[in-house]
Amino acid sequence: MTKTRYGVATIDGNEAAARIAHKVSEVIAIYPITPASAMGELADAWSADGVVNLWGAVPEVIEMQSEAGAAGTLHGALQTGALATTFTASQGLLLMLPNMYKIAGELTPAVIHVAARAIATHALSIFGDHSDVMAARPTGFAMLSSSTVQEAHDLALVAHAATLRARVPFLHFFDGFRTSHEVATIALLDEDVIGSMIDDDAVAAHRERALHPARPVLRGSAQNPDVFFQAREASNPYYLAVPGLVQAEMDRLAALTGRQYHLFDYWGAPDAERVIVLMGSGAGPAREVVARLAANGEKVGVLVVRLYRPFGTAEFVAALPVTTRSVAVLDRTKEPGAVGEPLYTDVVTALVEQCPEMAPRVIGGRFGLASKEFTPAMVLAVFDELAAPQPRNHFTVGITDDVTHTSLAVDRSRWQEPDSVKRAVFYGLGADGTIGANKNSVKIIGDETELHAQGYFVYDSKKSGSMTISHLRFGPDEILSSYLIGEADFVACHQFGFLERVDVLREARHGGTFLLNSPYGPDKVWEQLPVEVQQTIIDRRLRFWVVDGARVARESGLGGRINTVLQTCFFALSGVLERDVAIAAIKAAIAKTYGRRGDVVLQRNFDAVDASVAAMHEATVPASATARRHRFSMLTAGAPDFVTRVTAMMFAGDGDLLPVSAMPVDGTLPTGTARWEKRSIADEIPIWDPSICIDCGRCALVCPHAAIRMKVYEPSALVGAPNGFVSKEWGDKDLPGHKMTIQVAPDDCTGCGVCVNICPAKSKEQVKHRAIDMAPKLDHLERERTNFDWFMMLPELNRRALKLDSIKGSQLAQPLFEFSGACSGCGETPYVKLLSQLFGDRILVANATGCSSIYGGNLPTTPWTVDATGRGPAWANSLFEDNAEFGLGMRLALDAQRSEARRLLADLAAVADPDDVATSGITELASAILDADQSTEAGIIDQRELVAALAARLANIDSPMSRRLATMVDHLVRSGVWIVGGDGWAYDIGFGGLDHVLASGRDVNVLVLDTEVYSNTGGQTSKATPRGAIAKFSASGKTTGKKDLGQIAMAYGNVYVAQVAMGANMTQVVKAFTEAEAHPGPSLIIAYSPCIAHGIDMAEQMAHQKMAADSGYWPLYRYQPAADIADGHGFQLDSGKPKIPFRTFATSEARFAMLARSHPELADGLLAQAQHDIDNRWQLYEQMVGLHRTAMADDTDTEAETEAETKARIDRTVEQ
Amino acid sequence: MTTDLRTRYLGLDLAHPLVASASPLTGNIDTLLALQQAGVAAVVMPSLFEEQIEHDAMAAHHAIEFGAELSPESSGGYFPELDRYNTGPEHYVEMLRQARNELRVPVIASLNGTTVGGWTRYAQLLADAGADALELNVYLVAADVTMNSMSVEAQYVRLVESVRATIDIPLAVKIGPYFSSVGAMAQRLVDAGADGLVLFNRFYLPDIDLDELDVVPHLTLSSPGSIQLPLRWIAILHNRINASLAASSGVHDATDAVKLILAGADAVMMTSALLMHGPEHVTTVLAGLQRWFNDRDYLSVAQAKGSVSQLHTPDPVAFERSNYMHALTSYSPSH
Repeated sequence: MTKTRYGVATIDGNEAAARIAHKVSEVIAIYPITPASAMGELADAWSADGVVNLWGAVPEVIEMQSEAGAAGTLHGALQTGALATTFTASQGLLLMLPNMYKIAGELTPAVIHVAARAIATHALSIFGDHSDVMAARPTGFAMLSSSTVQEAHDLALVAHAATLRARVPFLHFFDGFRTSHEVATIALLDEDVIGSMIDDDAVAAHRERALHPARPVLRGSAQNPDVFFQAREASNPYYLAVPGLVQAEMDRLAALTGRQYHLFDYWGAPDAERVIVLMGSGAGPAREVVARLAANGEKVGVLVVRLYRPFGTAEFVAALPVTTRSVAVLDRTKEPGAVGEPLYTDVVTALVEQCPEMAPRVIGGRFGLASKEFTPAMVLAVFDELAAPQPRNHFTVGITDDVTHTSLAVDRSRWQEPDSVKRAVFYGLGADGTIGANKNSVKIIGDETELHAQGYFVYDSKKSGSMTISHLRFGPDEILSSYLIGEADFVACHQFGFLERVDVLREARHGGTFLLNSPYGPDKVWEQLPVEVQQTIIDRRLRFWVVDGARVARESGLGGRINTVLQTCFFALSGVLERDVAIAAIKAAIAKTYGRRGDVVLQRNFDAVDASVAAMHEATVPASATARRHRFSMLTAGAPDFVTRVTAMMFAGDGDLLPVSAMPVDGTLPTGTARWEKRSIADEIPIWDPSICIDCGRCALVCPHAAIRMKVYEPSALVGAPNGFVSKEWGDKDLPGHKMTIQVAPDDCTGCGVCVNICPAKSKEQVKHRAIDMAPKLDHLERERTNFDWFMMLPELNRRALKLDSIKGSQLAQPLFEFSGACSGCGETPYVKLLSQLFGDRILVANATGCSSIYGGNLPTTPWTVDATGRGPAWANSLFEDNAEFGLGMRLALDAQRSEARRLLADLAAVADPDDVATSGITELASAILDADQSTEAGIIDQRELVAALAARLANIDSPMSRRLATMVDHLVRSGVWIVGGDGWAYDIGFGGLDHVLASGRDVNVLVLDTEVYSNTGGQTSKATPRGAIAKFSASGKTTGKKDLGQIAMAYGNVYVAQVAMGANMTQVVKAFTEAEAHPGPSLIIAYSPCIAHGIDMAEQMAHQKMAADSGYWPLYRYQPAADIADGHGFQLDSGKPKIPFRTFATSEARFAMLARSHPELADGLLAQAQHDIDNRWQLYEQMVGLHRTAMADDTDTEAETEAETKARIDRTVEQ
Repeated sequence: MTTDLRTRYLGLDLAHPLVASASPLTGNIDTLLALQQAGVAAVVMPSLFEEQIEHDAMAAHHAIEFGAELSPESSGGYFPELDRYNTGPEHYVEMLRQARNELRVPVIASLNGTTVGGWTRYAQLLADAGADALELNVYLVAADVTMNSMSVEAQYVRLVESVRATIDIPLAVKIGPYFSSVGAMAQRLVDAGADGLVLFNRFYLPDIDLDELDVVPHLTLSSPGSIQLPLRWIAILHNRINASLAASSGVHDATDAVKLILAGADAVMMTSALLMHGPEHVTTVLAGLQRWFNDRDYLSVAQAKGSVSQLHTPDPVAFERSNYMHALTSYSPSH
């Protein structure tokens, strides 16, 4: 690509494709899914901003309830004559498949843009490969592949242009993350070019074919054996024409832009003997290697597939040099059991068909699954294999396969990146702005200089305390290196604390520059470094600079946002631009990025830029490493073998080195692993003061990370306790003479502060001091580590003795969900943890895809854990859309096995011989088991003991019946099924299934963690999003009200329904959980879950929950199905009459307040309507109560006072 | 006969002394029109708070950035970028323009700054937007125990001087009563360029929530009969400093207004009573004012203004006495 300054932009692949899609579409149906969400978000934002398409109209963008819904809408829009598109990936594409067959079968021009991603198999992965698009091969869609950001832009247009002429719909795809999220400098297609490519006659023809009563036709008929087959073949000519039409569009584009593409593009020696065939971003490193080898005279080449379907066999063979002797086809997918992966079999077929006499040898290999790195060294390994006398077929590259020995050996040292490309790596903290600043830097260099620029960003799997790594390249030529930087000229560490945990200098090249954001100055910093860091700085002769970014940011009024400071320092040190030019460019970029946010934001950032260079200093580097401190190991001693051998490698960042043999063959993993990963991310941790503690247990209940624990124990258990271990008398009369301790897990706490905010015990002398207070971690770490270890060894109370339906009682039960990587202060996890405390030793959890499946099940570690006996929740995630059904399947299986076990046991008892040692007493044991009351905790424990006794007896009874019973004996003890998920699942994509499962009447419990947006994919609107809130896809405020899921469920009459909010009434939450579990039919708990997407200080989340209830926005209630209660009045309101206006609650949260500020009139209307919704609903609920009942007693909640009500009324009047 | 109620305040000709002071009622065009309809002589818009602008801008900025880059699935943050944030002074300026266009009576803008740059920048903005006058709402709680009164006063003076140097429209300064020497301070402010003084500001004051033991900001509306503080100082300052005087705090009815006029007020500002009784309360007070002067055959308000000020009362010391002295002597049989 020749770079011209005109029309250049530095954008990512998603934007590159979406710009075209929006420009040439009239209807766009969307649904969020990583990594394609951004395409929908951009299209939605552009339409919201009034950006018009080629014809001057604003495309209609609509979010649907699922990808299946988006595909249906797409289909309908196309049939009715609109130019329509959608964006998706992975499972989303799978949900579109049925409609894709229809759209193709009806020869309808359309384009679906796909950020190609792995499909969930043994595990979910959000990362990129071709598994999803390969599943769409048989749909009849043409498939066009882009391998760079530029191509994602160019070929998106080729797809839209070609589909109109060809009538065959197109799937245009590029690699998820690697291309969709890579920021690169590209030449933009201007409107004239786009206009020239779109054929008006073809558009008119499309409209002519549309459904309309003026020219009625019928489509979607049902056909019989007599004609279906022939009709299916009728479209053949259209498919035969596609390759030619696509090439014609590519040629047209070339004439307009100078960028020439072909159906198959070849690079390398014209007389190549060894050729690699592949598609997607892997083309980058392959082209780099080929260029270098061919320049050295090696006869190698690479052939990149662009039009994959229809596969032009003749064009393929024509593109391959006639000298080719061996071909390696690389597939970025896996098709177990196939003769080879899809592209491989296509190539083999093409060669056999086209040159049956002299076909070259072909081998196939797999690479890059789920964004596994694909590097030049791997390309070299493939070329080596092609040169071998007997090259291996069906190989893998990029992993070590020590099981079936498919992998090629890779020697990383054989490839050095060229010096002409400057490379920089930045370590930032998730959400500290590092990535944003780096994207800005890439844009500055890409847009302002002659250099090409590339940015790629890596995140870890945790949402709290997570690390981001930015990889930036700048060079004179197009950058094809679609892999992480191995050797960097510049390394920046934006968080001092990372030095303790991570080898941030891993990529630093000899003589490179290291910039550290440090609270210690140039003369003091050295002694604060771990010895490993010191040694690397010395060994690699790094130039070492420090800047106190936090101070500069603070003094510039930017709070903790250090990104601008560090960005300025990067430019000052890297020398990519003249310093003055760089500073002017940074300011211009700031003005562009933050321009809408006001002068204050700009000025403060400008001030930070101006102060940064002066605050940066080169540090003195002594000749030898002197520190005694070592890098901190995140693995705790005593971990089980799997954790030590496998898991620890992952959390140390070395997961790539794990061989195939280390991995479970079926995705089954042990639980209880989070406790071994000590991340120690908090700066401050809560410290307990027993002198004023009132033993209420709330801190433990609300802790989102199970990092605050409460135990009650006999005083004798304190013998041998470490000095400094704190305890107090337990005040509850039920366990007289006991001691109690509230203990923090100092390395697992995220420092969110929710516990401190909920603590009701304030000092009489200083109200700011509570029974639990945040304090600097380092002042307490050693002592609290020792205390926590001791605390964990204290015995748990016997569950028989616990009053589990109370706050205190529940908190004396061991959490079997701990230390998740959820966002600090998460609003969901306290409910999940409570669930694990109440029933964790006897439940199966079906978990919908979403935040809870990520913090619950994303490797390396899982928070789901076991008690001392090894019991704990069994957890599984199926999909996003099917979670209720998945849970129902669990229930059916449990019931079937329980019922069979009971039958077998009864039969066994019937034939038991009292005189036979093996079977004597079985009859009595069977009666005890079959008649057991398992409605209480004690009953279940008793039953477990009886069943254990039975199991022991069965081992001695040699009969088929006994052996069969032994396989399902555990089912004689009651187990529960909890179906857990977020609102995106329950209200939208999974609603049909949820509805069906609730209607089934089976004994399942559904916990909806309602954050009121799609939290996991970044805050898109769901049907749970309240009226008047902004969210992605609702940039001007959601205009419709929140769906009342509880009402829908109550309509069945036999479903237990509770709406809860922990911060509003904790007792009610605990009651609702226990009642739901006790209800023998379906139960639904809708739990208000504050989320960072609400724009609140998460430390205050419980107070926001209280306001939500106090305003009547989130009324608390429990609905007992009529069969469960005596008086027939099943609906009970647990919160008092609204006592504050909705507006008071709403304006305390950025999601509403931002709209009130940006569009005050609109917000006024929506908030007034929302108040009206609340008033209406409250009236309805009061009617449902039948007679007014007072709120359930809870000492956090007081009855509405007359005075408060009066004040609320006046406030409302004044605000209106 | 009908008394001529016309007055001059800050060089502006007002139909009478009753002015609606800064409150939610003066921040909305509908209620502003209602106030005019009810007969108010001028309006003071709510303050443009520099601190609020900065806070809102940064809050919106942080909200948009919050959570961005937290995970690969939410790399773009949790909120959509909005087309506008309205965190700057634009909304206020627009409201001022609209008020200026739609009202016949003078519109006085009000400003509360935090930095010298902010005071002058925004003062210029409000003057350019057509404000008939500007009221500086100076609000400074000198909580730093090392900061003495001289430096606080110097800060006030510098601020007034810098704004005066920036704008040409009439300038009023609204101050609180908490100076060691209110009179001297008033004089310094006039010397610094103030055309008038508004006596006095009512501040948000802290209160303690006895349930939560939290400190909560509290703004109580003034109650009738609480005009004595401005009454004293207007009476003392009348004809002693060369500037307009406006009374603020506690004016609820016509008798309050009359007393303040007699003490020397050029304008009488109302807030709490209007919030309690609505804009139409102006009509009632105005009628009462007119009636009082008519009944006593005053030719004009100008005639009455300051007639019971300290300079013009037979008992000037009365304005200086403490209540204790007064109480003691009034019960003394020898008096």
